[in-house]
Amino acid sequence: MSETKKEWPLWEVFVRPRRGLAHSHVGSLHAPDAELALRNARDLYTRRQEGVSIWVVPAAAVVASSPDEKDSFFDPAADKVYRHPTFYQVPEGAAHL
Amino acid sequence: MHFRSLLQAIAGNGHCCNTEHVYGNDFNVPDEVAGAGLGAGAPGGPSHLLDEVAAAERALREAGAARVADPGVAADGDELLRYFDAVIEADQKIEPRDWMPDAYRQGLIRQIAQHAHSEIIGMQPEGNWISRAPSLKRKAILLAKVQDEAGHGLYLYAAAETLGVSRDALVELLLAGRQKYSSIFNYPTLTWADVGAIGWLVDGAAIVNQVPLCRCSYGPYARAMIRICKEESFHQRQGYEILHTLAHGTPGQKAMAQDAVNRWWYPSLAMFGPPDADSTHSQQSMTWKIKRFSNDELRQRFVDMCVQQASVLGLDIPDPDLRWNEQRQAHDYTQPDYTELMRVIKGDGPCNRQRAAHRHAAHADGAWVREAAAAYAAKRNAPTTKAAA
Repeated sequence: MSETKKEWPLWEVFVRPRRGLAHSHVGSLHAPDAELALRNARDLYTRRQEGVSIWVVPAAAVVASSPDEKDSFFDPAADKVYRHPTFYQVPEGAAHL
Repeated sequence: MHFRSLLQAIAGNGHCCNTEHVYGNDFNVPDEVAGAGLGAGAPGGPSHLLDEVAAAERALREAGAARVADPGVAADGDELLRYFDAVIEADQKIEPRDWMPDAYRQGLIRQIAQHAHSEIIGMQPEGNWISRAPSLKRKAILLAKVQDEAGHGLYLYAAAETLGVSRDALVELLLAGRQKYSSIFNYPTLTWADVGAIGWLVDGAAIVNQVPLCRCSYGPYARAMIRICKEESFHQRQGYEILHTLAHGTPGQKAMAQDAVNRWWYPSLAMFGPPDADSTHSQQSMTWKIKRFSNDELRQRFVDMCVQQASVLGLDIPDPDLRWNEQRQAHDYTQPDYTELMRVIKGDGPCNRQRAAHRHAAHADGAWVREAAAAYAAKRNAPTTKAAA
């Protein structure tokens, strides 16, 4: 407690569970540098072989879309139902469409 | 696959969430039980609990598809609160950057932090036996279990940090004795059988408390709890196996197992917190879907689960008044000594000072590692900084 310290930076951890799957966010941790962040991530998030690959990203480097999860940022997509195939009526008899 | 088979039994660590003034679920929702999957009266208990963790995870994935009712435009500026309420009403999760009422944020920080502290302090009673476990196998298992507890503390600190508090600040609060941890860890582990009793009873009680938290409305906490409950599923079984081995060993070993159960039974019952009549009912916590069951309700479930398990062990639960009540379809049992619980929480338990002293020493002993790692990182970063300057 007496030490003069600055908190170690926060890292976000992403794990690829197995080949063929994308890395997914699993949580975060503190570490002084990237190398230790990787090692700590291995010990913290893959103690039971949960992954074949780990990414660690400084939390400060993450650029996020909006101040909360509800935002007009995504609204433009809301009225474009014609982007979905179900929007279209397929004429009787047309196959493989 | 081999590991998966180990996960068949659910377990908790000896920690449950601390809330208002204790660490149990001090709220009241008697009727929400049906279909919630805790398996009331189910003899197997553990596997039902594991099913419940899986169900909570499925619900978490599916909840995202639910539509949040549009609260509409409020003239009074309460739109944020109405949206927050609508998200919870739709059984969706609140995420870190969402607006939330300050009481929701502060209440969660306190609960998650005290839960994290419990994981960290919870390493001590069992860590005490790592070097003295009776075989290499038992040492390796106990080491893995204690390492899990450290990991669970870290998941929880990380979840708390998403609410805007720093981990260092929480660690300081624990060291300063300004935040609590589960009082169960203030009891000593006198014999090897205590490690078994902790796994069976303390982890068992904790899991009954923790499984409902997998459905907590705060996303990062719910996700951490799902991970924790899944990972801890081997803990209770390993404790049960230790007791089963001792109970079927020499008369001396059996007596040691019985003695451990005698000492851990009532403190384990006390882990659920004061009786509903005396506890701070957090109606708000219930409305916000942070908690879902009352202390007495969870305690009853735990007792009902343990009776059958004790009979398989061939050990007695130290309660002469324990009997099946046909009318209630549950066991009648003797309540733990809540005066003792309050005394231990206030600092006067068998090991309170020892636990705090050990945590202080471990933190101080680790200072040079933290400093060296930070210095090394600074040194490696230095050249680029200079080049840029």
